[in-house]
Amino acid sequence: MSGPVLVFLEHVGPDLDRLSLEAVTFAASLAQSLGSNLEAVAIGGEGSAGLRLPRGVATLHLASDARLEPYAPATWAGVVGAAADAADPAAIVAPGSDRGDEVLAHLAARRGLPFAANVLSVTPGPSWRVVRQRWGGSLLEDAALDAPVRLLSVAPHGVSAAEPTVDAHPEVVAVTPDLDPSELVVRVVGHEPRESAGVSLTEARVVVGGGRGVGSAAGFAQLEELADLLHGAVGGSRVATSLGWRPHTDQIGQTGLRIAPDLYIACGISGAIQHIVGCKAAKRILAINTDPESPIMSVADYAVIGDLSTIVPAISAELRRRRDTAA
Amino acid sequence: MNVLVCVKRVPQTGGRIVLTPDGQSIDTRFLGFTISPHEECGVEEAVRIVESQGGSSTVLTLGPAEAEDQLRDAMALGIDRAVLLETSGPEWDPVSTAAAIADAIRAQEAANGPFDLILFGNEAADTGDYQVGIRVAVALGRPVINGIKGLAFADRADAAAGAGTRRIALARREAPTGGWETYELPLPAVLGVKEGLNLPRYPSVPGRLRARKKEVERVQLGASPAGATGMGAGEDAASAGEASNAVPGPTKLGLRLPAEERSAAEVIGRGPDAAAAVVDLLERIGVAGR
Repeated sequence: MSGPVLVFLEHVGPDLDRLSLEAVTFAASLAQSLGSNLEAVAIGGEGSAGLRLPRGVATLHLASDARLEPYAPATWAGVVGAAADAADPAAIVAPGSDRGDEVLAHLAARRGLPFAANVLSVTPGPSWRVVRQRWGGSLLEDAALDAPVRLLSVAPHGVSAAEPTVDAHPEVVAVTPDLDPSELVVRVVGHEPRESAGVSLTEARVVVGGGRGVGSAAGFAQLEELADLLHGAVGGSRVATSLGWRPHTDQIGQTGLRIAPDLYIACGISGAIQHIVGCKAAKRILAINTDPESPIMSVADYAVIGDLSTIVPAISAELRRRRDTAA
Repeated sequence: MNVLVCVKRVPQTGGRIVLTPDGQSIDTRFLGFTISPHEECGVEEAVRIVESQGGSSTVLTLGPAEAEDQLRDAMALGIDRAVLLETSGPEWDPVSTAAAIADAIRAQEAANGPFDLILFGNEAADTGDYQVGIRVAVALGRPVINGIKGLAFADRADAAAGAGTRRIALARREAPTGGWETYELPLPAVLGVKEGLNLPRYPSVPGRLRARKKEVERVQLGASPAGATGMGAGEDAASAGEASNAVPGPTKLGLRLPAEERSAAEVIGRGPDAAAAVVDLLERIGVAGR
């Protein structure tokens, strides 16, 4: 029988974040195709033993040394490595997050192993095959991943996520890595809260995005107004952030954020690949654009053709009118 | 401060990617080339650091002979020197790429003195491997952090240096739960930077002219040591050389376009008169915000 699949999980308190849920779902399916166990590794203080996991995790390797908080990439890679030494896995899976990719890259570099990032599917065999995303997902690569242990991260929002349950009770095993002080040098030493109030782009159920068609920084006020009415968030295309109309932290796209709201309203955005890969995980896309032939139309579900500077305020006004009528 | 920035030549994709008939690469006959957006910010940052603090900036790439164009683009923006690690044949995997870049950095430092800072893009626009910078840093034994969107420097008292001080990079990146987290890296260090770190300048005409006349140092690497026909794991790869005592991969077998997931958009209206239809839609899918 093949060794287990070991999945690295990130969490806030007892809750896995969304990309970790995707990673554990992916890892469970890989373990099933190998006919082997699913094990997990996490880092955290008290209470982490009560992590809310999906069913199927047989063992949770938990490291709770105080020196592991806050985040220190090389040290966290050491924890995953120590769990791997205990579990002897066939594969190590991580979420496709900043930290997931970073931790696996450190582990891969230290152990002289290849690492496939942004993986959508994996087929074990005499030679393991992976399908991974290139260009943020607008291109797929078929690749071979052959090594004593296969390291891979899961493409964000590229796979589904199982729901956690409260009755998943894996065996909890303590991980005590050798902590090399030189590897603790690079760690989080400070934290500043988010500048803007309100719901964040990655959590919002509705995102209103603006591109070149918005015309100016001031033009985003109309988008803000609509987003406020919908309890949503405002983002921008690379054009909008590069021109300084929106802060760079609000960029949706390959070099910015990947969002997955219930509805994405793309205003004055033509739909370059760079942008599409950031928004295509949205359940639905409504495009507002003067050009019915623009590339955004081929990924949008719904479209309104016309000038956003008259359409967006009209939608806000209609929302208000119906609210007043209902009240 | 001496700064090295590593970049990668990638095609400038527009609205739609077209593949070559053999499915091994992007059809670039009608495309221009550029460097990844993250790396554009790396180049700009290197120029700014040298402008404000003195020293020298170097740009390095591993790629085909044509990647000289991207090195000249970087020099047009103010980078002082350029190094091309010239390859042939199929694209190099990230393990082999990182090993070759680490070797080249050692050679550059032996000849011209150490780099205080080495900048990479957080990930290449095309392959999105998220690892070359970290592998290089680990090979060189230097601290590294990815995802950097803010950078400053400070001098800190350093017990190891007696009464002396040590230069520290203060690096900032977005935290997973929102906001920013900061890191302190003693120099020399390696950073993976992200777009948003700065707003890159446009090249000036004199800058372009100067760049055309500058030397590009070429190092011939040839084909990937991982071999063109899949590289088995383990001993074979390990015997390839001390510098890359690692299993290479992943090995690209082919490229394909994802299946189209959506069909053409349903036009629900034109102009401001469409507002009622839009709000109907918002209510139907339960996001009308009430």
